Amino acid sequence: METVKFTIDKKTIEVEKGTTVLNAAKKAGIDIPSLCYFSLDGMKIENKPGGCRVCVVEVEGRRNLAPACATEVTDGMVVRTNSMRVLNARRTVLELILSDHPFDCLVCAKSGNCELQSLAHRMGVREIPYQGAQSTYRKDTSPSIIRDVDKCIMCRRCEMMCNDVQTVGALSAINRGFMAVVAPAFEMNLEKSPCTYCGQCVAVCPTGALTEVDHTRDVISALADPTKTVIVQTAPAVRAALGEEFGLEPGTLVTGKMVTALRELGFDYVFDTDFAADLTIMEEGTELLDRLSRYLNGDKSIKLPILTSCCPAWVNFFEHNFPELKDVPSTARSPQQMFGSIAKSYFAKKLGIDRKDLVVVSIMPCLAKKYECQRDEFKVDGNPDVDFSISTRELANLIKLANIDFNSLPDGDFDHPLGESTGAGVIFGTTGGVIEAAVRTAYELHTKKPLPKITFEELRGLEGLRSATIDFDGLKLNIGIAHGLGNARKLLEDVRDGKSQFHAIEIMACPGGCIGGGGQPLHHGDASILRARQKAIYQEDANKPIRKSHENPYIIKLYEEFLGKPLSEKSHHLLHTHYFDKSTQIIVE
Amino acid sequence: MTQIKMHLLVCGGTGCRSSHSELVAKALNESLANHGLDAEAKVVSTGCFGFCEKGPIVKVVPDNTFYVQVNPDDAEEIVKEHVLKGRKVQRLLYLDPEKEKTVSDDRHMTFYKKQIRIALRNCGFIDPENIDEYIARDGYSALAKCLTEFTPQQVIDIIKKSGLRGRGGGGFPTGLKWEITSRVQADQKYVICNADEGDPGAFMDRSILEGDPHSVIEAMAINGYCTGASKGLVYIRAEYPLAIKRLQIAIDQARKYGLLGENIFGTGFNFDIELRYGAGAFVCGEETALIHSMEGKRGEPTFKPPFPSEHGYLGKPSNVNNVETYANVPVIILKGPEWFASIGTEKSKGTKVFALAGKVNNVGLIEVPMGITLREVIFEIGGGIKGGKEFKAVQTGGPSGGCLTARHLDTPIDYDNLLAAGSMMGSGGMIVMDEDDCMVSIAKFYLEFTVEESCGKCSPCRIGNKRLHEILEKICKGEGTMEDLEKLKNLSQVIKDTSLCGLGQTSPNPVLSTLENFWDEYVEHVVDKKCRAGVCKSLMKYTIDQEACVGCTACARACPVNAISGERKQPHTINQSICIKCGACMEKCKFNAVLLQ
Repeated sequence: METVKFTIDKKTIEVEKGTTVLNAAKKAGIDIPSLCYFSLDGMKIENKPGGCRVCVVEVEGRRNLAPACATEVTDGMVVRTNSMRVLNARRTVLELILSDHPFDCLVCAKSGNCELQSLAHRMGVREIPYQGAQSTYRKDTSPSIIRDVDKCIMCRRCEMMCNDVQTVGALSAINRGFMAVVAPAFEMNLEKSPCTYCGQCVAVCPTGALTEVDHTRDVISALADPTKTVIVQTAPAVRAALGEEFGLEPGTLVTGKMVTALRELGFDYVFDTDFAADLTIMEEGTELLDRLSRYLNGDKSIKLPILTSCCPAWVNFFEHNFPELKDVPSTARSPQQMFGSIAKSYFAKKLGIDRKDLVVVSIMPCLAKKYECQRDEFKVDGNPDVDFSISTRELANLIKLANIDFNSLPDGDFDHPLGESTGAGVIFGTTGGVIEAAVRTAYELHTKKPLPKITFEELRGLEGLRSATIDFDGLKLNIGIAHGLGNARKLLEDVRDGKSQFHAIEIMACPGGCIGGGGQPLHHGDASILRARQKAIYQEDANKPIRKSHENPYIIKLYEEFLGKPLSEKSHHLLHTHYFDKSTQIIVE
Repeated sequence: MTQIKMHLLVCGGTGCRSSHSELVAKALNESLANHGLDAEAKVVSTGCFGFCEKGPIVKVVPDNTFYVQVNPDDAEEIVKEHVLKGRKVQRLLYLDPEKEKTVSDDRHMTFYKKQIRIALRNCGFIDPENIDEYIARDGYSALAKCLTEFTPQQVIDIIKKSGLRGRGGGGFPTGLKWEITSRVQADQKYVICNADEGDPGAFMDRSILEGDPHSVIEAMAINGYCTGASKGLVYIRAEYPLAIKRLQIAIDQARKYGLLGENIFGTGFNFDIELRYGAGAFVCGEETALIHSMEGKRGEPTFKPPFPSEHGYLGKPSNVNNVETYANVPVIILKGPEWFASIGTEKSKGTKVFALAGKVNNVGLIEVPMGITLREVIFEIGGGIKGGKEFKAVQTGGPSGGCLTARHLDTPIDYDNLLAAGSMMGSGGMIVMDEDDCMVSIAKFYLEFTVEESCGKCSPCRIGNKRLHEILEKICKGEGTMEDLEKLKNLSQVIKDTSLCGLGQTSPNPVLSTLENFWDEYVEHVVDKKCRAGVCKSLMKYTIDQEACVGCTACARACPVNAISGERKQPHTINQSICIKCGACMEKCKFNAVLLQ
């Protein structure tokens, strides 16, 4: 390792060559404030446009101040991070940014979690000396995301996420000078853009410029309606992150507390999306084996690889970008939608109520789920299978609103029949989890032998693109995994060009999978939080007495009582879907 | 073969063309044909002569007769008198305003006397659309010399020795830049010509490309040889259609002659040039923004390092120089670095082209040796201030430069002196102001430009310049406070200190330099609510002298907003809350009863 020696605030330290002043300062125990800079260490995600100029420092011999985030340390460099010149400049720059920012902190969705607000607090800004005109724009609401770009500070994090990481290209800088802002091309509505609603822009936005559409009010109304039976399903990744909103260490599993809180909120039944994840494995795993055996038997009409279809942002992505491949992904609905469909048929019938009187709420780490549950193909006579989808953050707000002291809650258990799940269902919450769950089941169904080892370490990790070959008792199954849509695009291009060697591919839109979803507590660029959540998910799996979907007794019962067998006609009707070509739906008004 | 005895050089630059010089050329051609002289005299449409004040210009060679403000109707007389009979048309000659005598030879005109034309050597002399005329002026022999006699490093050493510095504004040593690019290892490198001339009023790059495009092509090829680049790109603004046309013709001709393309001069050296059009954003003159624009991305700068020399177009090492810089190169190769270095000052060698504009008698394009004083430029070449008014300030360096005053008049012009004086060389804009110019308004005007042209990427430039402009507006409206002046100072310093690129790092210069040099005028605006130049309308007040007013009602009838009231034959009054300060009343009053305070 080549190193350089430099001096920062009179401390001389040695760092690896290529280190930025910002990161080198941290090693010297100096915390230079920054705003636009963002990184998820070890995940190749970095934003350093050098635009906000908050992190400026004085470098001896340099005419003007240098941005610490973009300036690399050189041998013998002398840096001052707190000279009067620097402090005045930094504060003035922040005052300028604040002068073009609405003062609605009291009612802003980001209040208390806003990086701009924290910075103003840290720098002790008490007045805005440079008052003047503010740049204002049209507010834009889509099914999942609200853009209130009056609050945009041009940090470009969302643009980096949307373009460099996700390769979606819905957001980019438009206009010039004072009116420069990040928006869809031609300032069209997000809904008309190729946006997939992955919500990664929301996940990284330092201010309230990009937030989720808040459905908590709808949920409260439903809970208050005596004519409705309100049930809730919770996605696997929620339990690994919800505790962070209540000050618990990242990676703290709060499944039991979450169940109790939901019950206290007044939900009539607290169910688990993990149950539907097990159901998904039954359908998707069977579909995989079916396609695979027909393919191996020479059926030319069968296309491989099979692609997972649990992630709604991913579905939106290929509908927009690879419509020619829309018969490649599995037709299995996502667990959220399988749950809704079963709840409003099987379970409503059990309760003896009309589906219209049953309200299904889902708690999701995801913003695309809000859009997914509004899709027309998931409605019966206009009544959606899932009525409202709220994010982990929204659930935390609901719990706080209802005066529930979350941390002192006793653990509760999910209700039956839709609350029982296996470890396979839980790991849906992380990248690699869906395919591992599918392998656990497909292996046993195919080989008719018990798995020698339940876990597949080769499928785990946080590398953006991973692959492994699993031996199905002689049949070598090539598996690909991608998280982040930019990585997915690479695999998809290979599939399109006929170069893919994989039999099955798992794709999740968000970096890290659902643990890093757009609806999760904000990680503010701390990748260790994602790692802790992933660890918690695998811990939950290990804690489960049953870890294979096809062994879930309530799944077995569901097939016996209602569905028949996987891929049955009823399954097709209730648990599968089809995809649309959305490539032409980008409309410039 | 016909014997052409006389050339009629008609300026075909954009300035003269806007005064219909191409009709002059057409009329001259027709007249020559009518008189059967078309085999003996030839009309050539050239590039810019520089003396735009007096355009359209027609120069007759070999006798060097310089006709000014020529109309198409004058063509017949020029042909009949001058071409046919050898008699100069006296009424079309330049009249020296001081000596009140006509001057026929431009070499004796004060406008040209102190000029040394290196970058503009061929402008106004050759037909830019004819490669043979360039070759006849030693064109492409510098390239030939480089390819056959020198190693790339030897050429770089020549440029380094000449002391040539970037003419686009920064003044970075050209030879050093070439050397850095040459030393980076890469499978592909690029030579980029920055023809995104964006300073308002500056047109030296346009004039060079319109008048002598081959000089730039030749220099780019030389640079390609030095740096190991086989591809050249000219980033030119689409608003320069004539320059684009002539450059494209020149490229095509050079290709046809084998001076671009493969195996140039049989040496195995390959080089070709393509054009890239810019949409006219000022910030795209900044090299990293320019490169992004060429790549099809948003035209905004990125932090340097890495410099384009290492990581440029498509991530490949790219040498970016400005048009004027390139135009100097072939001459340096041919005449030697010592010759070039003998011109100019210690650290600024050679000449600089300026677009002289504003309140001077002779506006136009001038090329002067470094080290010349502002006084020589303004009062000799520029012919002094228009209308005998008093000189107040000169703005150099375009919107990013500063305003210098009478006490700077004897400062020798070079990169370092201008910087030390609080201004800069910039790309060579030079705007002269007189007593009628309000310096607060001037600063506001330039800020308006930078606010408009900021890309918006970094906060100090995006928001800070807007705030500066707002404070200046407030002061011009008479609502400013002394605290605002302190804010202007601090904000200007911070914007300079923290902005990402050259645009923001220099945009407060007009404010800082006027604060420094015209502090009293700011204080007058703020404390006395007075604009001495009478520019800031909000600070002016029209009143009617009750003694002098006879009640003729002329003013009331002239007032477009009915702000004046009064009985007939009784003194009138102006309602200040309605008055828009247009001055119509003052113009109409025959009794000098309307007063301006």
